[in-house]
Amino acid sequence: MKLVDEFRDPALARRCAESIARAVTRPWRIMEVCGGQTHSIVRFGIDQLLPDAVTLIHGPGCPVCVTPLEMIDRAIAVAERPGVTLCSFGDMLRVPGSRSDLFGAKSRGADVRVVYSPLDALAVARENPERQVVFFAVGFETTAPAIAMCAHLALREGAKNFSLLVSHVLVPPALLAILSDPEARVDAFLAAGHVCTVMGLDEYRPIAAQYRVPIVATGFEPLDLLQGILMCIEQLESGRHEVENQYARSVAQHGNAEARRMVESVFEVVPRKWRGIGEIPESGLGLRAEYHSLDAERRFELGDTHAEEPTECHSGRILRGVEKPADCPAFGTRCTPEHPLGATMVSSEGACAAYFAYRRPGA
Amino acid sequence: MTLSPSCSVPVRHDTVQLAHGGGGRLMRELIEQVFAAAFDNPVLASRHDSAVVPVEAARLAMTTDSYVVDPLFFPGGDIGKLAVFGTVNDLCMAGAEPAYLTAGFVLEEGLPIDSLVRIVRSMAEACAECGVAIVTGDTKVVDHGRGHGVYLNTAGVGWVRDRVDVGPARIQPGDVVLLSGDVGRHGIAVMSVRSGLALGTELESDCAPLVPPVRALIDDGLDVHCLRDLTRGGLASALAELALDAGVDVEIDEARVPVHDAVRGASELLGLDPLYIANEGRMVVVVAPKDAARALGVLRARPVSSGAVRIGSVSKKQGAQGRVSARGALGNLRPLSLQSGEQLPRIC
Repeated sequence: MKLVDEFRDPALARRCAESIARAVTRPWRIMEVCGGQTHSIVRFGIDQLLPDAVTLIHGPGCPVCVTPLEMIDRAIAVAERPGVTLCSFGDMLRVPGSRSDLFGAKSRGADVRVVYSPLDALAVARENPERQVVFFAVGFETTAPAIAMCAHLALREGAKNFSLLVSHVLVPPALLAILSDPEARVDAFLAAGHVCTVMGLDEYRPIAAQYRVPIVATGFEPLDLLQGILMCIEQLESGRHEVENQYARSVAQHGNAEARRMVESVFEVVPRKWRGIGEIPESGLGLRAEYHSLDAERRFELGDTHAEEPTECHSGRILRGVEKPADCPAFGTRCTPEHPLGATMVSSEGACAAYFAYRRPGA
Repeated sequence: MTLSPSCSVPVRHDTVQLAHGGGGRLMRELIEQVFAAAFDNPVLASRHDSAVVPVEAARLAMTTDSYVVDPLFFPGGDIGKLAVFGTVNDLCMAGAEPAYLTAGFVLEEGLPIDSLVRIVRSMAEACAECGVAIVTGDTKVVDHGRGHGVYLNTAGVGWVRDRVDVGPARIQPGDVVLLSGDVGRHGIAVMSVRSGLALGTELESDCAPLVPPVRALIDDGLDVHCLRDLTRGGLASALAELALDAGVDVEIDEARVPVHDAVRGASELLGLDPLYIANEGRMVVVVAPKDAARALGVLRARPVSSGAVRIGSVSKKQGAQGRVSARGALGNLRPLSLQSGEQLPRIC
């Protein structure tokens, strides 16, 4: 298939891996930020093509995984109110809250629906004027423009029965948190190509300069990843620390101006708690005052709640790049996709889910 | 028997009423004018509490399946076609010649009679295509809001000829694994209707009967060890079940598994794996190596399996349980296992 097969070409992949092997003179630790990249790496065995000196560390870029436990509990609480329809991306339904998940709420009678786009949720609201429709808005900068557009349209239409439960997060503050974590030793980052498609590269320059760390905006196909890794290694070996763009077929220098304007007009930067990591200042998006009428937390007066992660779950250490999934004693035994302890085991972008799904035969 | 889709709707009501399941006059009208008219055959015509049929072999294959697909009509098929082909295919997988089906309808009050007639006619056409007859049935009507238009159950029996022995227990190391065509079309076709996903091309379900290729494999006396049709959970789950049940390892070459471009595109977009997506007219054939090439030729000569390919082979199990692995484009092996829950579209 065009635009896929070219980026999975075995001969080119081997040549790229050989170039990496030739360039490496000492050990390097590279973090791929996005969970989509983690899945590609494990599915295609990219890590197995690399020399031993290069270690890939899996980052926090899985929106489902970092959505705090309290937020899942709140989504379940809203869904269980009479007259409410909760719409969500499919990924969120299996994520465990402190007592249940959204599938559980659905089986107990809550009206929980999977949508492919936030605009579908707005359509559900239009078609069901007697119900309160809530969209569970999670994600990074990638999904923010579509959700902003949805909020914009809902406000313009005067939709009285539509609201957003927002738990949006931003990538650069997470990189800063990882770089200031003494346990997480990262020499270079593969930045998430789709996030950069929206936001551009500018916000990564101060981070690369301050922490002297190469950052390469990278795509998701095997050749994208290998080339991104090669670009990181070449910078590291020559002592450079720049922001580079491997994913030039999608990422423009300043991102998508229209999408950024839409996001900025609807959202403002707020502090946000990250599941397994804790609160990171200026790391989330919340609705601006003009959009407070669409805020589900206000509409349903969802108070502050506090929930504790199961201590057995190592997902926080995995999301910070301190551990790999197989380092967790519960991995694959007491924690499986059918009975997950943490979100990283169930999200399609979660590192534990990738290791479980693609665990190598005999490993 | 074929029915012209232009036949006028024969029942006086426009929609299904609770009384259509009540055992009285309306129910009789529905049975006579919708079901019996479409499924007409001598056994059904006896109008008795049970169908009485002659048995044409020493061994019977027997199976049942319920159908709850949403939407009821999708590109390339509908719930009625699915209910006939699905059960007929399950009989074929035992190496049986399908003969008779039963049909149980759970109808929701308010279902347009037009829709029911379309479904029933589609079932009649599907039966004619497979050479089977619906010989008995049942109708219940549930309150509006308590069903999803139509739920359907079909059970089926078929004859298993002497010396035919097809099943997981016969799978052996060295066997060759064939696949009858491309995968994932049914799942994506249904999902695209559900989600309003425009794929840029009209993708149709692969929903089809596997009777002709299976009959040909059996008639030719090929040493077929096992047949398994691919349904929910797709190719990966079907192979994983066989490996577990037969206690063998299976390795396939992912590059050899045909996937329609629209299915690949939609899968990439939604974060789904085509190997786990549902099919309704595909099967794997596990065959002794000496007959593999001939079996492939037999499959390719039938339209429903004209895209058949050899995808892998069976070996002795290495671990405690039989496992399936797929060799990927870059040479790495990844395990295939039973699907975990539903496949859910990803966020971004």
